[in-house]
Amino acid sequence: MLLIDCPHCGPRDENEFRYGGQAGIAYPDAPGELSDGEWAGYVFMRDNPKGWFTERWFHAHGCRTWFAVERHTVTHEIRTPVQEIR
Amino acid sequence: MTHPDFLWRNPDPKQAYDVIIVGGGGHGLATAYYLARNHGITNVAVLEKGWLAGGNMARNTTIIRSNYLWDESAAIYEHSLKLWEGLGDELDYDLQFSQRGVLNLAHSLGDVREGRRRVNANRLNGVDAEWLDADEVKKFCPIVNVSERARYPVMGATLQRRGGIAKHDHVAWALARKADAYGIDLIQGCEVTGFEIANGRVLSVKTSRGRIAAGKVALASAGHTSVLAERAGIRLPLQSHPLQALVSELLEPVLDCVVMSNAVHVYVSQAHKGELVMGAGIDSYNSYGQRGAFHVIEAQMAAALELFPLFSRVRVLRTWAGVVDVSPDASPIIGTTPVDGLYVNAGWGTGGFKATPGSGWVYAHTIAHGEPHPLAEPFALDRFTTGALIDEHGAAAVAH
Amino acid sequence: MTRLPSGGLIDRSVTLPFHFDGRPLHGHPGDTLASALLAGGVRVVGHSVDLGRPRGVFSAGAEEPNALVRVGADPMLAATTVELRDGLRAWSLRGKGRVDPDAVDERRADKGYLHCDVLVAGGGPAGLAAALAAGESGARVILLDDQPRLGGDLLSSRVRLDGAPALDWVAAAERRLAALPEVRVLVRTTAIGYYDHNYLVAVERRAAGERLWHLRARRVVLATGAHERSLPFPGNDRPGVMLASAARAYVNRYGVRPGGRAVVYACADSGYEAARDLEAAGVVIAAIVDPRPQAPAGHAVTGTITGTITGTTSDADGLLTGVRIGDQHLEADLLAVAGGWNPAVHLFSQSQGRVVFDDALQAFVPGASAQAERSAGACRGLYGTREAIEDGYAAGAEAAGRDGDFAVPSSDETALRPPAAYWGELSPDATAFVDLQRDVTVADLARAAGTGMRSVEHVKRFTTAGTGADQGKTSGALVAGVMAELLGATPGQLGTTTFRPPYAPVAFGTLAGRDRGELSDPVRTTAMHGAHLARGAVFEDVGQWKRPRYFPLDGEGMREAVLRECRAARTGVAAMDASTLGKIDIRGRDAGAFLDRIYTNMYSTLAVGACRYGLMCTADGMVFDDGTTTRLGEDHYLMTTTTGNAAAVLDWLEEWRQTEWPELDVRLTSVTDHWATVAIAGPRARDVLAAVAPGALDLAFMRYAGTEVLGVPGRVFRISFSGELAYEVNVPWHYGRSLWEGVLDLGAVPYGTETMHVLRAEKGFAIVGQETDGTVTPQDLGMSWIVSKRKPDYVGKRSHSRPDTARDGRKRLVGLLTDDPDAGLAEGAQLLRESEVPARMLGHVTSGYASATLGRTFGLAMARDVAPGDRLTAVSGTATVAVTVVEPVFYDPENARRDGEPVAAGIVSTAPEGRAESPAAAFAAGFAAAGSQSVRLRELPATPMWEVRGADPGEGLRLGPDWWLVVRDGPAGEGWVEVSGQRTVLELAGPGALDVLITGCPLDLHPSVFTGHAQTLLAKAPVIIERDGDAYRIYVRSSYTAYLAEWLLDALGR
Repeated sequence: MLLIDCPHCGPRDENEFRYGGQAGIAYPDAPGELSDGEWAGYVFMRDNPKGWFTERWFHAHGCRTWFAVERHTVTHEIRTPVQEIR
Repeated sequence: MTHPDFLWRNPDPKQAYDVIIVGGGGHGLATAYYLARNHGITNVAVLEKGWLAGGNMARNTTIIRSNYLWDESAAIYEHSLKLWEGLGDELDYDLQFSQRGVLNLAHSLGDVREGRRRVNANRLNGVDAEWLDADEVKKFCPIVNVSERARYPVMGATLQRRGGIAKHDHVAWALARKADAYGIDLIQGCEVTGFEIANGRVLSVKTSRGRIAAGKVALASAGHTSVLAERAGIRLPLQSHPLQALVSELLEPVLDCVVMSNAVHVYVSQAHKGELVMGAGIDSYNSYGQRGAFHVIEAQMAAALELFPLFSRVRVLRTWAGVVDVSPDASPIIGTTPVDGLYVNAGWGTGGFKATPGSGWVYAHTIAHGEPHPLAEPFALDRFTTGALIDEHGAAAVAH
Repeated sequence: MTRLPSGGLIDRSVTLPFHFDGRPLHGHPGDTLASALLAGGVRVVGHSVDLGRPRGVFSAGAEEPNALVRVGADPMLAATTVELRDGLRAWSLRGKGRVDPDAVDERRADKGYLHCDVLVAGGGPAGLAAALAAGESGARVILLDDQPRLGGDLLSSRVRLDGAPALDWVAAAERRLAALPEVRVLVRTTAIGYYDHNYLVAVERRAAGERLWHLRARRVVLATGAHERSLPFPGNDRPGVMLASAARAYVNRYGVRPGGRAVVYACADSGYEAARDLEAAGVVIAAIVDPRPQAPAGHAVTGTITGTITGTTSDADGLLTGVRIGDQHLEADLLAVAGGWNPAVHLFSQSQGRVVFDDALQAFVPGASAQAERSAGACRGLYGTREAIEDGYAAGAEAAGRDGDFAVPSSDETALRPPAAYWGELSPDATAFVDLQRDVTVADLARAAGTGMRSVEHVKRFTTAGTGADQGKTSGALVAGVMAELLGATPGQLGTTTFRPPYAPVAFGTLAGRDRGELSDPVRTTAMHGAHLARGAVFEDVGQWKRPRYFPLDGEGMREAVLRECRAARTGVAAMDASTLGKIDIRGRDAGAFLDRIYTNMYSTLAVGACRYGLMCTADGMVFDDGTTTRLGEDHYLMTTTTGNAAAVLDWLEEWRQTEWPELDVRLTSVTDHWATVAIAGPRARDVLAAVAPGALDLAFMRYAGTEVLGVPGRVFRISFSGELAYEVNVPWHYGRSLWEGVLDLGAVPYGTETMHVLRAEKGFAIVGQETDGTVTPQDLGMSWIVSKRKPDYVGKRSHSRPDTARDGRKRLVGLLTDDPDAGLAEGAQLLRESEVPARMLGHVTSGYASATLGRTFGLAMARDVAPGDRLTAVSGTATVAVTVVEPVFYDPENARRDGEPVAAGIVSTAPEGRAESPAAAFAAGFAAAGSQSVRLRELPATPMWEVRGADPGEGLRLGPDWWLVVRDGPAGEGWVEVSGQRTVLELAGPGALDVLITGCPLDLHPSVFTGHAQTLLAKAPVIIERDGDAYRIYVRSSYTAYLAEWLLDALGR
C-alpha cells in the first residue's frame, strides 16, 4: 500500500487514489490535423520507463484533486509532487 | 514425478548467431524450440538476464484455456491449446497438463450476457464451451457457494472442459531441454544492454557478456519489453504492471477444477502437490518491482471466501508478483518492427502462460519467414493506428 | 512422563486436558501443543509428505518443519506455535492439511490500522531495548512479539544479567514500557509482511479471532532474532533429533525433558549451552560432538568428541536409538543439533534490503537498508544477550532521533566462537535431509546440480526445497551451503531464494477480516429500498447498487410480472425508482462549452429549461456513457449518467476539467444521493403528476420545471425512456419513500429494470453496456444524428475517422423479429446467414424480450453486413431460431404516444404532504441498544448542507483546494449547491470510539494528529470524519448509510 502525499490532504493510502498514468500528455490542439499515426500516439502511446516516472494520481476519495508525482517504478520511492498535472 | 538427469548445458556465448532471442522465459524457449523443430534454424541463442523461466513463467497461476470472445483471439489461443494437448508426449516430459475444466463465473446480468455470448462465439469457432446455470455450477464444482444471499451471487458460468492447468516449471524445462538438444545455446545471466542498428537493420546485441552479432533479434521479454524496445529506439503501446499470485499450504484434494471470476478477481486451482494456487487482479500503477500491494490480496481473499467459505482457515504460504506488459486492448503485439530484423512478441498481459506453445509457434514462423504468421497478422502493431483493436476487456462493460 | 518436577514458565497448578488423535492428554498454561505432546511422551507427531517417515517435534517455534497438525477448524498448524488450551483437539497429518467441511469455527477475524514513529518487530532483548530507547524519548512506539509474553530467547535461557535471572531484566523493561502512554505492546502478534513505504502487516492471535494489523511506521527496528539450523547426515530426521535451541527451550521454558540420554552436535557454541542446560535438567549427555578442534573455554562438559556425525540408528518405530560418529556408535534417544544460526532476515529482505553472506558467521545477514529501517541484535548476527541489548538501545535511539547513554547489563555468557564452516555429511544416502518438511535430501540437490541447474531458484523448484509451510526457515541456508559445496562455489555466490511474505502462514479468513457476507463489499440502496423490500421486489446488482428488477405479485414469475408491468406502462401508468442514475450539478460560465467538448452533440445552444439526450465517447471514439442533461439556468446544467458509470463519468469530467481545460470556468458537484427520483410513465402519467406535482402539468416534452412536489421543493423533467408520456420526478432524498408510496397509492404500477429494458427496446433505444461493449461507436448504434458536424471537436471525434473506425461493414444496431412469435430469442446468441458456407458470425443478439405490446418476441442485435429483410439464424448453445432483420424500432415509430392523455376529470391533488425519512431511521433502536459506557452511536438530526466550490465561503468544512461543505440552518450563499440529502451524519462518541474507527479507517486518527476533519474511506465507504473531542461525526453518502450502519453495529457487537 503506497503512501501518496496529496498536495491538499497530505499522506494518504494508495487505495484512496486513482492512477492516471504518465503525466504531461497534452490533448492535441487540432486533432483533426493529425495523421492517424500521430493521433494513435496521443491515444495509446505512453512512456513505460524502468526508473523515475512522472505520473498522475487523482485523490478520488479525498479532495478530488489531480496531481503529479515522480515515482521510481522499481523502488516505488516517491519524490515531492511536481506541477505538470496534464 | 522424476525429472530427466540432464536438462541443459551452460555454454558461453558465441560471436554470432542467426537468431538471438532476448528473454529465456516460456515464450522465448518455445520460440527457440519451434525455430529448430519447424524451421530447422538451430544457430540460435536465448539470452536470459537472470535464470531460465524466472520471470512470469515462474510466477503465473498456470491456467490454460482458449475460450476468448473475438475470432482472432480464439484462433491463436485455440491453436495453443491444441499444441498443449500433444506437448507432453512431444517433449517427452511430464508437464502435469490436466484438462480438468475451467469455470468463468458470472455474478451479474451483464456477466451472464457476456458469458453466453462468448460461449456461442466459442462453439462456432470450434472452441469447446458450455453455459452452466447456478445449479449446474454447483454440480460441477460442489464446494462453490451458489447461495442467492451471497453479496454477488453466482448466476452461472461458462465452462471449457478442455481447459485446465500445467506445471509451469516443467514446461519451461522441457522446452529448454529440447532446445538445448537441438544445439541452441541457452545463456543465463546475460543481460541485453543495447542493440547495434545500422541503416535501419539490427546487426548485433550488446550484452553484459559482450557484443553478439545476430542475423535476426527477437524480443520475448514479457514485462520488460518497453525497456528493451526503447534501447532499439522503438516505442510500444505497453504499460508494465505488477500481477500478484499466492499459494496455500499443501492440502489433501479439495478442488478438482479451475474456477475464475473476473468480476471479483479470483482465479483458483489446486496444483498436483496439493497447494491452492490463486491469482489476483493487476495493481493499478506501473511497476517493474515484481511485488504488489497487500490490499489487493486482502480484497481477493474476501472475494474468494464469498465463493469458497470452506477455505476460511486455509493459510496463505507465499505471495509474489510478476510484471506483465499490458496493451491498450489487452491483446498481444506480435510481428515485425520499424527496425529490420528486429521482431516483437509482447503485451500478453495476464494471459501469457496459456499461450506459450502457440505464441512460440507463430513467433518462430514470423521470425523464420520475416513476415507474420497468419494467426499473428491481426495482432500487428498497426492496429492501434487503424483502430482495428481486438478489445478483450471492453466486453466487460457494466452500466444502465 | 517427562515433565520436570519444577522450573519453566508453565503453571503446574492448572491442568489443561486435550486430545491428540483421539488420545486424552494434558498440559498446563504456558505450554505449546508441542511441549505438551513431548511432556505426554508423544514422540511421533506426524509423517513426512512424500516418504511417510515418522517425524517428531524438531523445533520450539515458527520454524518447525515436522510437527504439523490439524487443530479444530485449522487444516494445518505447527504444534510449536499452538498455545495449549482446555479441550483442544488435534490430529496428526502426513504433510498435508485437511479441510474439514463440518468443522465449526466461532472465531471472527477483524482488522486494525495503526501509525507510529517507531515500530519494533520482536520483543527479545534487542527489541525490548529498542522500544525502551524510542519510547522513553516520547516517540509513538509499537512493539510486536509473536509469543504470549515478551523476552524472546531469554524465555528459554538461563542467562543471568547483572547477576540476576534475565527475566528480571525483562520484567523491569515491561514495567518501564507500561508506564509510557505512547507505547503499544502487542504480544501474540507476528509481523508477516514488510511492504513499500514502511507499511507492515501483522497478525494478532486472539481467542475471539485473529486481528490483522496494518502498521505505517516512520522508522522500523527489526529485532526478529535468529533460527538455529540443522545439518544433513543420514537419518537426521528421526524423532529424537531436535535443534539444540529447541531442546534447551523445552527444559528451560516448558519444564519438559525431551530425552533421557542425549548427544549434542555442537557445530556452533550454542550447543554447549544446550548441553549444560540439558544436563542441569537431568538429561545424561552421552557426548558433545564438535567438528572444531577444541571446546570453548569455561565449558566443563564431559565427553567432547572432535568429529562429525555420520548417521543415526533407530528402533522398529523409527525412533532415534543412537548416533554414529564414523565407526563409533553412541546410544541416545535425543540428538540436539546446533548446526549454526540463520538470522531471521525475512522481513528485512521483504523490505527490499539485500542480504549478504558473512563468512565468519557462516550466515546470511542484512546488507544495506532499502527503507527507513534498521536491524538489531541476533537478526544481524549479534547473538550475545549483552550485545543484543546494546544494539537494541542504539537502534531505538537512532529511530527516535535521540542520543542517549543506556545502562547495558552485564551477562554471564561466554563469548561465542565462530561456528564450524561445515554444511553436513554430503552423503548420497537417501535419508540425509536438507528440507525435512518437503523430504528433500542431499542426493536430490546433487541431481539438480547434475541437470545443469546453477541457480538456487531452479534448485528450489526442482527439489521443492524451501517451499513447505516453514518456508525453508531451517533449510534455506542449508540449500545454499550444500549447493555451494556441490558446485565448488561459496554460499554467498549462490545466494538465497527470495524471502516472500507472509513470514508465517496466515489464514484466508484473517486476510478477509470482517469483509464477509453482506459486508464483503459496500451495498448502495435508495430512499425507497425499504418499500421495495416490503413489496417483495426481486433485485439485481448494478455496480454496488441494489435495483429492483421486477415486482412479482403472488405466484408470478418474472415473465408474468414483466408482461404485467409493461402493459401498465403502455396502457395506464407505472412507476420506477430511478434514483440510482448518476446526477452531476455543473455550473460556471463555461459549463456549456465544457459539455460541448465532452458530449458528441451540442449543449451550449440548449435553451434554459430544456433537456437533451447525449452520448459521450472515450478518446478512442467508443461509446462511454449516455444520459439526459438539462440546462437549469444560463450557467447551470444537470447531467444524468448511467447507474454503473456514475462515478467513472464524474471522474472523467474532473480529469478533463483539471488536467486539460483548467481555463474553463466549470464546477462539478455530485448530487446523486441528494435527490430521489421516481420515473412515472404511461398514457395516464398526468393523473399522477397532477396529484404530486401540479406545478409541472403543463411541461412540454424534454422540458424541466423546478416546482413543489408533495409540498417540498422538487424537480420534474419530462423525459421518456419508454416512448410513453413520462416524467422523472425528483425530491430530496428524505422525501423519496414518501413520493414513491404516494405515486403508487395514486394507482401507478411499480416496475423494475427488466420492464424498463423491454420498454426502451421496443423503441429501439440502446443501453450502454448491453448494446455496447467498449467497441461500439455512436455511428455503429445508428446515432450519427447525435454526432455534431458543426463542432470543431469533441472527445473521440478524431478516432471516428480512423480507417477501421470509419469503414463500411462495421457492426450496426439492428432489430430482429423471430419467425415464430413465441420463440425465445436468447441474449448472446450469435447470428449466422444459413446461405453462407462457411458461416461467418455476423454479430450477436444484445437484447431479447417477450413484448406484451407486440404480443411476440423481438430483439436487438449488433451485426455487420445485414439489412432489413435479411433472414438469419440466431444460434445459442444447441438451439437455433430463425429471425428476420428489421429496423430497430418496434413501437410507435412516429412518436405519437409520447404526449399521453389529458388529466382525467375530477383529478385533484390528493397526495399527502411529503414525510421526511432519514436513511438511518430504521437503525435508531439498534444504535441505542448497541451503545455502552465506552461508546455510543446515534444519528444526528438532519441539517441543511451545501457544497461550495470556488471562493472560500469563510465557513464550513474544507474538503478540497476550492471545495467546502457548509452545514447549518439559514440562507445559502450565491452559487451554493444544496446537498442536504446527499449525506447522513452518524456520531460515534465515547472513550471507545477510536477503537471502533481504527478497525475500518486507514487514517492516522491519533488525537495529536487528527484534530479536525478528513474525507477518506471507512469500511470501504467514502466518508467525511469530523472529530470533536472523543466524538466523531461520520458524514456518509445516503446510499451507503444502511451499509455503514450495519458495519458499525457489527463492530460494536465485538
